[in-house]
Amino acid sequence: MMDMADQIAEEPIIEVRGLLTKFDDHVIHENLDLSVRRGEVLGIVGGSGTGKSVLLRTILGLKSPDGGNIHVFGKDLEMLPEDERRAQERRWGVLFQEGALFSALTVAQNVQVAYREHLHMGQKLMDELAAVKIAMVGLRSGAADLFPSELSGGMKKRAGLARALALDPEILFLDEPTAGLDPIGAAAFDELITDLAHTLGLTVVMVTHDLDTLHATCDRIAVLAERRVILIGTIDDMLQSEHPWIREYFHGPRARAAFAGK
Amino acid sequence: MAEASGAKGPSGRGGAASYAVEEKAGGITFRPAGDWSVAPILAIDDELRAFAEAKPAGESAVFDMSALIRLDTAGAWLIDRTAASLEAQGVKVSYEALKEGHKILLDKVGEGGLPKPTVPERSSLYVEIVGRIGAAVVAMWSEALVFVEFLGHVLATVWRSIRHPSRFRLTPLIHHMEKAGFDALPLVCLLTFLIGAVIAQQGATQLRRFGADVFTVNLIAIIFLREVGILLTAIIVAGRSGSAFTAEIGSMKMREEIDAMRTLGLDPMDMLVVPRVLALLFTMPLLAFIGDIMGLIGGGVVAVMQLNMSPAVYIERLRAAADFWTFGVGILKAPFMAVVIALVGCRAGLDVTGSAESVGTQTTSSVVRSIFLVIILDAVFAMFFTAVGL
Repeated sequence: MMDMADQIAEEPIIEVRGLLTKFDDHVIHENLDLSVRRGEVLGIVGGSGTGKSVLLRTILGLKSPDGGNIHVFGKDLEMLPEDERRAQERRWGVLFQEGALFSALTVAQNVQVAYREHLHMGQKLMDELAAVKIAMVGLRSGAADLFPSELSGGMKKRAGLARALALDPEILFLDEPTAGLDPIGAAAFDELITDLAHTLGLTVVMVTHDLDTLHATCDRIAVLAERRVILIGTIDDMLQSEHPWIREYFHGPRARAAFAGK
Repeated sequence: MAEASGAKGPSGRGGAASYAVEEKAGGITFRPAGDWSVAPILAIDDELRAFAEAKPAGESAVFDMSALIRLDTAGAWLIDRTAASLEAQGVKVSYEALKEGHKILLDKVGEGGLPKPTVPERSSLYVEIVGRIGAAVVAMWSEALVFVEFLGHVLATVWRSIRHPSRFRLTPLIHHMEKAGFDALPLVCLLTFLIGAVIAQQGATQLRRFGADVFTVNLIAIIFLREVGILLTAIIVAGRSGSAFTAEIGSMKMREEIDAMRTLGLDPMDMLVVPRVLALLFTMPLLAFIGDIMGLIGGGVVAVMQLNMSPAVYIERLRAAADFWTFGVGILKAPFMAVVIALVGCRAGLDVTGSAESVGTQTTSSVVRSIFLVIILDAVFAMFFTAVGL
């Protein structure tokens, strides 16, 4: 996986060109371009209502674009036949904001869904692999038999991450991974994501508001404003930008606190 | 020398996983090859497990990783599991030609240690059966207690509202009267009309054999006014409004709206429960009354068409067959059934816990319970009215 990454690092793993999305007459994105490199951790930031989550959902194919095209792994999801599209979807994992765990299933069963449905794996190996994933995201082994309603917010996110990682995806999408966590929990989650991205050779795309997360985990940041990506680059690029919104975001009192240790 | 190989996995990416074991002096060499990712490894899992658990020859094992093309966490787990199993049997395991990326993965999956198999505790069938019956009886008893307590709580709240009329919420009361009462009219009218017609038609066919088909009118009047009209209305209301009460209050509970009310100094009993109970209490007798009328009209249509009875004669015979108490016995049950349905519905809503699934189970159990209680109540009333001679 990682060897392959070195060979074709130049080719973007996700390529969005000229994207147009709208709800009725309300245009969310217009002429939006974004490319994600293989193996990087990309943060998407923007004010409320700039369509960060909509962009994520559109890339995932949960909402179809009203114009432009999106290539993931070099293929346009819209154009793929049904079975190839399903195969494509198995190559990414998604962590939704509240975890979106299936409430009728235990944590272990949530992780096993993909094994059971796609691979028809035997119960013994499923139990072992689910235990490996659950340990990997830092949940204690007792959590495997709990139902989602019995978990705290932080545990739900970790369980959701274990489910997203079940099939060893190449891309991991995170929607506000640290929202609703306390600073210690959020920092631990940042560390977990960095660690997993490194060990598993993942490409990570995350929507976040958390300046600490941006600073701790992201290689590059894409800023969403004026219906498109106005700037994509490292934290240093952000700090040097003259755009008023970016200046306010990255030079505000909270940003100064987050970057103080730099 | 042993070999095993797996077919191309169903995921469509990557190739096949295989391994070879070579016996040497003093130990073995284990050589995984190919694509060890989650889909291909399924084919070699059982064989590998058997190999790792069998007592191997020699005291050391070398894992030669040079032929391994691809490895993910599932494949790494299989290799780590094999190594751990061999080491548990006193075999020294060492790696050869291990790539950096693969080493990181192996370390990562090894962190958690061997997962312990979770075996649920199972008791014998008899104990299980007796235990379940016992648990059900205890649950029923505590449910009955909770219901009585809830009834008391509602009555206390109503009494407080009577003494302090300013606490009383008129707007939600009217809202629920419209939703649970007025909006139920079309359904109640249609169903009672149809059932009335069916009873008349069936009754006429049977009674004709005795030449007693004129008594069809008595059959309709007694059966509809005393029993079927109110029972049918109650079941429709339980299915339509009782379930709505549970779902409404339940989803509010789930979203912590009820806790929010409490913190704002608002009593959910005042705001949510009492208006619903009173709304049903006021509208159910009216619905039952209209249901009775529609049932009689349905029966009348059949009587006119099938028995060639003129409408005037039908009404005349109705008056002879039924007196006020025939109707009174039926309609008297309406407020009691209304209270039961509303209480069961609201209580089930308040019993909802965090998950969306629990809203579903509570709604189902609210409908089942209220229909069950309505029928029990009807039986109790039947015994009571027989005893007092009505």
